[in-house]
Amino acid sequence: MTTPPSPPDYMRSRAAIETVWRIESPRIVAALTRITGDIGTAEELAQDALVIALEQWPVHGVPDGPGAWLMATAKHRAIDLIRRRANYARKLEEVGRAMETSTESSADEVDDHIGDHIGDDLLRLIFVACHPVLSAPSRAALTLRLIGGLTTHEIGRAFLMPEPTIAQRIVRAKRTIADKKVPFAIPAPGELASRVGSVLEVIYLVFNEGYAATAGADWMRPELCAEALRLGRLLAGLMPAQPEVHGLVALMELQASRLRARASDTGDPLLLADQDRRRWDRLLIRRGLDALRRAEALGQAPGPYEVQAEIAACHARAASVADTDWERVAALYTVLGHLSPSPVVELNRAVAVAMAYGPSRGLEIADRVASSLPGYVQLPAVRGDLLFRLGRLGEARAEFARAASLTANETERALYRARANDCG
Amino acid sequence: MRYLMLLSGTNPETAPPPELFEAIMKLGGEAAQAGVLLDTAGLLPSATGARVALAGGQLTITDGPFTESKELISYALYEVRSKEEAVEWSSRFMKLHRDLWPGWEGKTDILQVMGAE
Repeated sequence: MTTPPSPPDYMRSRAAIETVWRIESPRIVAALTRITGDIGTAEELAQDALVIALEQWPVHGVPDGPGAWLMATAKHRAIDLIRRRANYARKLEEVGRAMETSTESSADEVDDHIGDHIGDDLLRLIFVACHPVLSAPSRAALTLRLIGGLTTHEIGRAFLMPEPTIAQRIVRAKRTIADKKVPFAIPAPGELASRVGSVLEVIYLVFNEGYAATAGADWMRPELCAEALRLGRLLAGLMPAQPEVHGLVALMELQASRLRARASDTGDPLLLADQDRRRWDRLLIRRGLDALRRAEALGQAPGPYEVQAEIAACHARAASVADTDWERVAALYTVLGHLSPSPVVELNRAVAVAMAYGPSRGLEIADRVASSLPGYVQLPAVRGDLLFRLGRLGEARAEFARAASLTANETERALYRARANDCG
Repeated sequence: MRYLMLLSGTNPETAPPPELFEAIMKLGGEAAQAGVLLDTAGLLPSATGARVALAGGQLTITDGPFTESKELISYALYEVRSKEEAVEWSSRFMKLHRDLWPGWEGKTDILQVMGAE
């Protein structure tokens, strides 16, 4: 036997091996869940494969197809497990019947089928992790763990929660899935749309947790946005015929394209109008517009994510605030208001209408939703701006003062106070 | 973390086998499917390009080919969680060349893109 050339130390390192495992683990866990029927068992088996790799690769070198190696190793552990279980069941039932052959063949069958439909397995796993029997935060934690391949420590850090809390949330979620006998299956056509919606909700929740960090010192956590984008792109590859999947990907790519421009040099939030558009990420804008075209090309009535992406695209295409197609933005908010009615959408529509058709038209809309948005900072902020532009300075001053008193953010408060002072 | 990967190399006398292109397409598909490959394209030989150089206050414009022994062949932009992930995807790409185009030698330089988290 010839000794293969010794690979450089880097490739034998723990970090390199764990990286391969991290890339491959979602597909391995998905395939093993199909075989064993249990997510927890599948994760343990995949973890076993990592342990074996960490023992063997530094000594024998990294195999040529490390992903296939990990999959095969985990698969063999799964088959061993099935055989042991079958043996156990057989012993319970008495030895002597022709169980040996049937057990053999069932293990071989499993073996043959593992290579097939790996993408389908991954999709099944996503649907299980995002099943509506789980709360949205549980779905998010489980999805990041199983599909994102994040550790509980990383998930805890991302959501600013103690690791044990996340670990417990994941354990409970897996137990609920087992107790409720959630099938490892692609939903039937009749419930597909709502189940896809449940998956998209989780991905967008993760994205927003990063985009507008609801807690903590940072007001953005870009790595969570990146994670959500990765999940979205993965889903778009698995379900290319679902327009809302492309719609959400488009929305996230376009919003993420502004991440670099959303904070000033001193770290303060910058509104869309104040951002240096040269800092927008052109690559993500292009990808977002491409995803939007894919959604449109499917030729169905646009859903809420696609419409929001269309709005984001209007901003992405515009070189400046003045250059923005505000009539189109206003029309899109009208469509969005029909698809998912909310006073916040109406307030956004008020801003767009004011830009397109003048402040008094916008103010009418803002006034209509005022009673539905008590304590919402943006309401007096928008009304103040529109009143200011109409020259109704006294009323504008009162609105800005109210906005300043409502916000918890020091930077925002200073901004509204300054605007109140500008009213004379 | 975004990484730019620049592939350069020296082509052997033999033409690249079609299996290599197929394998590259397949790997690219996997990376795109995993949500990590943002953009990639091949580059024509430098004979079709040009160079604008600045030295001693003097701009010099020359047409290709450039005299370097290794030609830039392609670029790719990856969005990954660590440098190790970038290295892993790149290693897979290089192994395809090793396995499918005997005699080919080259390298991928992996550079982190500034400010793109």
